[in-house]
Amino acid sequence: MGAWAVPWVVALPLAGALVNGLWGGRLGRRGVSLVACLSVLGAFLLSVALTRDLVASPGAEDRTVRLFEWIAVGDFRIPAALVWDRLAALLALVVTGVGFLIHVYSVGYMAEDPDYSRYFTYLNLFVASMLVLVLGANLLVLFVGWELVGLCSYLLIGFWFERPAAAAAGRKAFVVNRVGDAAFVLGILSTGSLLGTLDFREMARLLGEGGGGLRGHPALVTSALLLFAGATGKSAQLPLYVWLPDAMEGPTPVSALIHAATMVTAGVFLVGRLWPLFEAAGPVLPWVVAPVGAATALFAATVAVVQYDLKRVLAYSTISQLGYMFLALGVGGGTAAFFHLTTHAFFKALLFLAAGSVMHALHGQIDLRRLGGLWKSMPFTFLGFVVGAASLSGIPPLSGFWSKEEILHAAHGSGALWLVALGTSFVTAYYATRATVLAFLGDPHSPGRPHDPPAAMAWPLAGLVVLSAVGGFLGAKWLGAPFHAFLGPAWGGHEAPAPDLGAVALAVAVATAGVVAGWLAHRGRREPQLGPVRRALEAQWGVEALYEAAVVRPGQALAHLLSEAVDLRGVDRAASALAEVVVRAGSTIRTWQTGNVRQYAAGLLAGAVVLFAYWVLR
Amino acid sequence: MTVPAGAYLVLSAALFTLGTVGVLVRRTALVLFMSIELMLNAVNLAFVTLARVHGDLGGQLAAFFVLVVAAVEVVVGLSILVHIFRTRDTVDVDEVDLLRG
Repeated sequence: MGAWAVPWVVALPLAGALVNGLWGGRLGRRGVSLVACLSVLGAFLLSVALTRDLVASPGAEDRTVRLFEWIAVGDFRIPAALVWDRLAALLALVVTGVGFLIHVYSVGYMAEDPDYSRYFTYLNLFVASMLVLVLGANLLVLFVGWELVGLCSYLLIGFWFERPAAAAAGRKAFVVNRVGDAAFVLGILSTGSLLGTLDFREMARLLGEGGGGLRGHPALVTSALLLFAGATGKSAQLPLYVWLPDAMEGPTPVSALIHAATMVTAGVFLVGRLWPLFEAAGPVLPWVVAPVGAATALFAATVAVVQYDLKRVLAYSTISQLGYMFLALGVGGGTAAFFHLTTHAFFKALLFLAAGSVMHALHGQIDLRRLGGLWKSMPFTFLGFVVGAASLSGIPPLSGFWSKEEILHAAHGSGALWLVALGTSFVTAYYATRATVLAFLGDPHSPGRPHDPPAAMAWPLAGLVVLSAVGGFLGAKWLGAPFHAFLGPAWGGHEAPAPDLGAVALAVAVATAGVVAGWLAHRGRREPQLGPVRRALEAQWGVEALYEAAVVRPGQALAHLLSEAVDLRGVDRAASALAEVVVRAGSTIRTWQTGNVRQYAAGLLAGAVVLFAYWVLR
Repeated sequence: MTVPAGAYLVLSAALFTLGTVGVLVRRTALVLFMSIELMLNAVNLAFVTLARVHGDLGGQLAAFFVLVVAAVEVVVGLSILVHIFRTRDTVDVDEVDLLRG
């Protein structure tokens, strides 16, 4: 499979989006589903073939495909180019693979929705945009994908836009992301002006081997900080995480695909993609990226403990796990971060799809206080959720255990950060158990007669159960750690860490302790009253109040000022005054027009006399 | 005995003034027209006189143009006049003030 296939990976889902967008109404539901699912499946198969080639022929590492010259200003040239290297291949496989499963799931989940073809148009467009993001060969192409996935996210969060909450959530996501994107754009500009190129390969060459004399350069540090700020927006890190919990207003498969498995990991991907730049930027990785990641991980995990909306639990969990990935990047564990990105895509998509099955069976009911005892009526969904939750908690031998253990291993030398990561692991296991207990155990007291989902939803669930269960063995040392063997060369050959039995035992013990604590605290569907701690958690440690005080209210005050003082009293009054002048002038001058011919004639004469007098007397 | 050119010009000025006063003071549309004709022909007289004085045919040419335009104007004007008379039963221009603002 030659490089010619690379553009087709993007083109297939894009074509699917076009076909469904233009003729979706005429195709019927069956046609729309076929087009949407097959286009993503095609992209997945192409990705598999391309990746096999990549592994088979070590010489052909870089398959860069220049599509056309996009921007040319003097010597500064930016081609629209795609690249197929190890990092891009991994993300493309995750996006198209998990994306395909979620497309199939959506066929069942959205079967009753009147806007069926619009949904699949957006979903295909999202996959195409995400592929542009991960395959872009320079920062600008990546940025195009970055903005497109933001647009798709907005469109899909607000998919049921007739619900005010959904429309508001979409708007919030868009606005918060703009903040990060503004920093991202500045980062691109400063990187471009510093290095004179935006091409990843060129950047790596310039910054390789000791940073090319730029190591720790203030401008480089600024660029890295700005780019990381962009990453925190898209990947929902402190302090820009606030949009992700609200994004759960979208359809659940969208939450699974965009707001758990793929788009939100774009920030992690960005840092991995710009690894040479971040490494050369000196203190940014250990002093900014890692602390932000660790703080977000612990913060979001604690907030997840008191959420009652099952999807919000999962949303905070996603924020927390993304924090884990940034922590891993910050302490130099690039492979660990991307390993966790991959396993997280599996088990978090699984958790979301299981939650979606619950919603599907119970007509949208998702409040943990009203669920319970579902294990009997929905055994398959229960199995899926338990596997996902256990994987998330880091219970061996499920996939989350492997990647999380590796992150803990990478963070081991970092003292406080390691402790935070360990604490997060405990809290994670706790809230995962809590959600499982509250939703599935105890006495059934849900209205109606819940049932396991139909085949279209069950099969993707089964696929993700398998991936979540065994995906971790990709990183198993005694299997040759195929994941590390594949991704390691992307940053100069990281080996899979030799398992330290003591550390593994500690990690498992902490996770188990979390599970046991969650079981003991919530067994019998009790909610421990934690008093002020609970209130603090429900208030998200005051972050929401801080936003309210620092952003929302000043923003509203400014808007009020602008609308009242500037617009109504300033602009509007000026416009009215101008109109008044014209009206008055008109009503004055109209009296001069009497309709009397002889007066006009007299006027003419007077004018002629004046002109004549002027000429004569001049 | 030849009449001096100045006399022609004086006559022209007198006729023009007569016509102007006529336009300003009379209210009958028909008389208004006649007064305008008087003004036009006063100008014609001045044109022809000065053409003769300067030996330049341009003045005579202008007089012919004025004659032609005046004829056309009379055609249009009179038909408007007839129309006004038919619809409003009057030719008093002071009573025709539809365009008053």
